[in-house]
Amino acid sequence: MSDGLRAQVGQLARRSVLRTLRQPAQFVPALIFPLFLLAVNSGGLKDATNLPDFPTDSYITFAVAVTFMQGALFSVMNSGTDLARDIETGFLNRLALTPLHGAALLTGLLAGSIVLGVIQGVVYLVVGVAGGVEVAAGVGGAVVLVLLSVAVTTAFGTIGMFAALRSGSGEAVQGLFPVFFVFLFLSSSSLPLDLLTTDWFHAVATINPVSYLLEAFRSLLIEGWNAGELALGFGIAAAIFAIGMTAAARSLKTRLVRT
Amino acid sequence: MSAPRQTETPGFRAITGAVAWRSIHNFFGNPALLVPALIFPLFFFASFAGGLAAIGEVPGFEFSSGYTAFQFVFVLLQSAAFGGVFTGFGIARDFETGFARRYLLAAANRNGIIAGYGVAALVRAFFTWTVLTVIALVAGMQIGGEGIELVGLYGLAILVNIAATLWAAGVAMRVRSIQGGPLMQMPVFLILFVAPVYVPLDLLSGWIHAVASVNPVTALLEAGRGLISGDPTLIALAFAIAIALGFVFAWWSRGGLRSAEAAG
Repeated sequence: MSDGLRAQVGQLARRSVLRTLRQPAQFVPALIFPLFLLAVNSGGLKDATNLPDFPTDSYITFAVAVTFMQGALFSVMNSGTDLARDIETGFLNRLALTPLHGAALLTGLLAGSIVLGVIQGVVYLVVGVAGGVEVAAGVGGAVVLVLLSVAVTTAFGTIGMFAALRSGSGEAVQGLFPVFFVFLFLSSSSLPLDLLTTDWFHAVATINPVSYLLEAFRSLLIEGWNAGELALGFGIAAAIFAIGMTAAARSLKTRLVRT
Repeated sequence: MSAPRQTETPGFRAITGAVAWRSIHNFFGNPALLVPALIFPLFFFASFAGGLAAIGEVPGFEFSSGYTAFQFVFVLLQSAAFGGVFTGFGIARDFETGFARRYLLAAANRNGIIAGYGVAALVRAFFTWTVLTVIALVAGMQIGGEGIELVGLYGLAILVNIAATLWAAGVAMRVRSIQGGPLMQMPVFLILFVAPVYVPLDLLSGWIHAVASVNPVTALLEAGRGLISGDPTLIALAFAIAIALGFVFAWWSRGGLRSAEAAG
């Protein structure tokens, strides 16, 4: 990376991080809402651990993986809404007049998602452990959990950016939230794949990549170190990141031509 | 010289009809409003009844009509409540655009405005419930209750819809901006989810059991589940709670209307 490009990324990253941290309305719901659902679901579905072959006797340990995923979904909203606001207010048009590199814009904007991912990962883990979550992989596993949270949050953030560049509307980005919730709910979010007894639901959850992201989180929490599950989780996050970045870069080119 | 022409002031029924007609027309004519109202309950039903079907096999879980019917009642009452909340969003939007102020100017009996929104909320809810019920039956939902019990179940849902609409209307008329949306939505969301959503109250433990035991929604859910399975329970309590909520929120929405009138 050239010095010029590094400076551009640095400036935009700084702006993105500050913007995220200065707007509690953005990151507080991303912390509170998933933790509330964790509390409710871990209480309400506690008896699911009595099902034969349920992998753990602590439902909160099983359910906290969903909390990490819900946090990542908020990243779609945050990164996308920020960029959409830049488009709506004309800030992107002003940037287009400068010699700014497109890659610097996208990379810089993701910095906010990365910071949010770190904050979310640490908070969910600390609150979860205080509430009874066990991390079978130990302290090292806890670190990898946060890294996986950052990877998933960043990957989903690229989809938010793509949506913003494609639509140019914050409202359209907000409209993505329910769509992503569908992906989350139609997965192994509440029960393991093997215990999804409804045929069509089992089939959908099996091809839903979110199920495997959840399995990666759960492997560290329930099993310990499972290289296969982790590789699959990080691999899916990397694939979402690559697809999201490519789509966002193409949309950015189109949008800059329009402006 | 002829006498000046008198314009007849529209009465309660005319205002109710006009407000309801416009809201219903907006709802059915705008896919951005129609689709989420329909998709969300269906989606919750699919993910709860489909994804959690194995919960019906948890030791101690006894519900004669099966897990699909168990979750159907929750989704029915949830859609009733959220139908009311979404109507509140429409009221807030009408205030933001200034349309509601025209209602206030034109209506002699302004209670008709609230009633009109209420009628629209009910029509929306009937549409959603029809689709939800058909899909549940196609999915194999077993109904143990008889006709009168099912009337009771839907009657309960109607009362919940009215109460939720009056709650949301009260907030919308006080805040008069769509920014009041979370204020309408979050309390309803919280009170619904700290009830026995996934398993009966007896199978809950810890803090959620303590909260669910005093949550009025628990009685509504248990009565609804009793009605669908043909094993009525807590019926009088549930209807008393639903009617009481309706009266409390009618008073609350009337206060909201006064606040909107005072704001001009």
